[in-house]
Amino acid sequence: MSIAPQDGPQPVGADIDAPAQAPASPQKGMFGITGTGDVSGFGGLVRRRPEVVGSPKPYGGYFDEVTDALEEAYPGFADAIERVVVDRGELTLHIKAERIAEVAQIMRDDESLRFELCSSVSGVDYLNSDARRLHVVYHLASMTYRRRVRLEVAVPDGVSVPSVTSVYPTADWQERETYDMFGVVFAGHPNLTRVLMPDDWEGHPQRKDYPLGGVPVEYKGAEIPPPDQRRVYQ
Amino acid sequence: MTQSGYATERETTEGRVFTVTGGDWDTVTGSVDPLSNEKIVVNMGPQHPSTHGVLRLVLELEGETVQEVRPVVGYLHTGIEKNLEYRNWTQGTTFVTRADYLAPLFNEAGYCLAVEKLLGITDQITERANTIRVLFMELNRISSHLVWLATTGMELGAISMMLYGFREREYILDIFEETSGLRMNHAYFRPGGVAQDVPESAIKKIRDFLVYLPKKLKEYEAMLSGQVIWQERTQGVAVLDVTGCLALGITGPVLRSAGLAWDLRKTMPYCGYENYEFDVPTATTADVWGRYQVRLAEIRESLKIIEQALDRLRPGPIFIADKKIAWPAQLAVGLDGMGNSLEHVAKIMGQSMESLIHHFKLVTEGFRVPAGQVYVAIEHPRGELGVHAVSDGGTHPYRVHMRDPSFVNLQAIPAMAEGALLADVIAGGASLDPVMGGCDR
Repeated sequence: MSIAPQDGPQPVGADIDAPAQAPASPQKGMFGITGTGDVSGFGGLVRRRPEVVGSPKPYGGYFDEVTDALEEAYPGFADAIERVVVDRGELTLHIKAERIAEVAQIMRDDESLRFELCSSVSGVDYLNSDARRLHVVYHLASMTYRRRVRLEVAVPDGVSVPSVTSVYPTADWQERETYDMFGVVFAGHPNLTRVLMPDDWEGHPQRKDYPLGGVPVEYKGAEIPPPDQRRVYQ
Repeated sequence: MTQSGYATERETTEGRVFTVTGGDWDTVTGSVDPLSNEKIVVNMGPQHPSTHGVLRLVLELEGETVQEVRPVVGYLHTGIEKNLEYRNWTQGTTFVTRADYLAPLFNEAGYCLAVEKLLGITDQITERANTIRVLFMELNRISSHLVWLATTGMELGAISMMLYGFREREYILDIFEETSGLRMNHAYFRPGGVAQDVPESAIKKIRDFLVYLPKKLKEYEAMLSGQVIWQERTQGVAVLDVTGCLALGITGPVLRSAGLAWDLRKTMPYCGYENYEFDVPTATTADVWGRYQVRLAEIRESLKIIEQALDRLRPGPIFIADKKIAWPAQLAVGLDGMGNSLEHVAKIMGQSMESLIHHFKLVTEGFRVPAGQVYVAIEHPRGELGVHAVSDGGTHPYRVHMRDPSFVNLQAIPAMAEGALLADVIAGGASLDPVMGGCDR
């Protein structure tokens, strides 16, 4: 299915040979349409990304106990905690990057906190929506109190985050994965090398500006473009 | 140019030739006493039958004693998390199911629970859908533990255990095939419910299985537990206590074998697990033997849960009532797996244009998920499976991270193996039950 060449701008994605706009930033337009080929009007739509706002006290549930206990045990609380967010029954503490190891230490050791287990460490890339685009997310679990809490730090590209491996040795591979996938450097990590990608790989694949890297597939005579170049319905 | 420490040179008819000597290599080799120093570095894997898939271990050995071991992973990295970001939320189940291929239904369950929590519809999942999920997760737990028994048996020299374990697992895969159309990689759990109802024939098969497996379990125990070789290979091998487990983030049967009864089905229930009666088996030996005992006992507990789930299974809807989320098509199992039922196709193509539009919008575009992030953890056969899902308000996931227990648990290999014998590395590694598909994702 090929459209005869016309003068002027072509509707993107209408022809198989013309790759559709990659959905790198899903904020603008719909149906993968950009440029002037759009007659639907949807191409001009801009979707706002909602701002993350702090939650007002009281937070409800055990969240007040956790934040109060942390405030009591940690003198730098007001300085280190940027924001407390309660959403969908989960507590998130946004923490200044340089303080994360200290906070993790208190979270693990304080009698009334006791987050013994660091369940997960991973990254999220908020390209174009946060100047400090790289976020590192720590999910801690307290087996004593059966609680969970999420710590989140945000850094711009090229700024390192203190490693929590001295507090939670389990973060070793998980920080390596975050470095591998997002390029976040963890200062003080004993062996910060790639863990999933090959050692000589260039780039950090989970970043939003890193393409999916698919290849077009021929199926029953038609060529299907790779997923990141298909027309998408956003 | 001919200072000491630099290479000497001489002219020949072919040109200039340098004689290269490697720095202080001679002094290094000269100082090693070949009789007292037997240190060798052995590369085991990634293609090795005893490393459970493509796990590579770099071992530094002195004689048969392991001085240092470094696990190397990543050989099965397939970019599942990245791929999810280019498909809509419902399509995600077909990707996550391929991560840990021995426990596909757990990957799906973790992902679906995360999406449902993001949507705020956890309470609206129907009773029948939740019961089916529990039923199938427990069947999957048994099949995963059976593969553990089978492969570990093989690695420690009990080849017949391998054949028996896979034989019984086949029974469970038949049940899965009858229900979802596929033996593995089912994409059976969907955000909002399950893809289709369990047929009566599958229920009957499950009932038969509940009678069949306990007899077989007795056979396994008769074959292994009293076996001296099995005892010698497992007792006191690869010990890791509770402190070590928590520091390294080890969960699941390995943690329970050290004595801590931490099971998310009990401690942080989901899918209605709080309504089932079952025990959390533990051991105190913290060794491979303890893990074997815990897993066998867990199979029995899973059978108890399955029996209760079958009794609780009442007729009713299997998908959420909200038409903006529920999959529009009635699916049916055909000869080539699961697809749209012919009746549904006839209706949207012949009778109702609105149904067609609705179907088209939901299938091509998908539903929108309000912006935010959640973390959902479930008890996987190997430990805590966590799914961290982030939405930007669109129809595609913005980011999904799977905290896979295989990945985290593999960090324990050096702690278990260093100072022990080479053969115990195999037993210790096997007792973690790593699945590289889940580890590398």
